[in-house]
Amino acid sequence: MKLKEIIEKLQLKVLTGQDKLQVEVTGGYTSDLLSDVIANSKQGNLWITLQIHQNIIAVAKLKDLAGIIIVNNREPDEETLQKAKEENVPLFSSEEMAFEISGKLYELISS
Amino acid sequence: MTKSDETLLSQHFEITGGDFNNAGKASTSIKEILQEIGIDSSITVRTSIASYEAEMNVVMYARRGELTLNITPEKLHLKLKDEGPGIKNIDMAMQEGFSTATDEMREMGFGAGMGLPNIKKNADKFELFSIPGKGTSLDIIFCLNKTEKK
Ligand SMILES: Nc1ncnc2c1ncn2[C@@H]1O[C@H](COP(=O)(O)OP(=O)(O)OP(=O)(O)O)[C@@H](O)[C@H]1O
Ligand SMILES: [Mg+2]
Repeated sequence: MKLKEIIEKLQLKVLTGQDKLQVEVTGGYTSDLLSDVIANSKQGNLWITLQIHQNIIAVAKLKDLAGIIIVNNREPDEETLQKAKEENVPLFSSEEMAFEISGKLYELISS
Repeated sequence: MTKSDETLLSQHFEITGGDFNNAGKASTSIKEILQEIGIDSSITVRTSIASYEAEMNVVMYARRGELTLNITPEKLHLKLKDEGPGIKNIDMAMQEGFSTATDEMREMGFGAGMGLPNIKKNADKFELFSIPGKGTSLDIIFCLNKTEKK
């Protein structure tokens, strides 16, 4: 399923990466531990997290993730937004919690 | 020097302790180099994991350090050398879950104690050497010829 469709279905707010929405999403990975995400996420995954610090961008870039969904209505730091733009990493935000977003994404992708 | 030891590519990166703004840059550059020269994608993924964890440890715990990428026809070698507190008990540091990360680092998502174990897991060969009070060095090696894997 394409990023664009997921954004619509999950009603995500697009913060960066407007031009990368045709990317194919391979699955999701939900975690707030960077070592865990680096080790276990897969290329094309959407990363669901409440981390807002700039380090998340390098992780997404290194693992070729489809994008990052920041949950719980948290606002990314200014540096994070800046870096996401520079590196062209799609960044989204949601009012919902990790549990809800993960469940909905799982439904969408596995159906 | 035999042909299989011949250096095909060598790159050097400086890492600054505490500089979270540039943290991950060396690893990102290395990944781009590997993709450009057509290294097998599974090796590129494993190298990215290991180099990121090693780079972040320098950023988090050391004053400064350097990361060198060296490629021969048979091996990809990541060498890290830092000036910092070093590691007193290496067995303990290698245990999954052991971490001395500060609260501030944990808040950013570091400190799971998974970095070093994951470097070891992904590498074909891994050596850690440290002098407490001076610094730490890591040798992380990946075999480029599939049959040589562990
Ligand atoms: N370069 C280093 N210099 C000094 N101490 C280090 C260095 N690398 C690791 N350590 C020590 O070893 C411990 C374990 O490192 P490891 O990378 O496995 O976990 P972590 O960095 O604490 O957490 P994570 O990597 O999961 O974010 C660290 O908490 C730290 O005490
Ligand atoms: Mg670490």
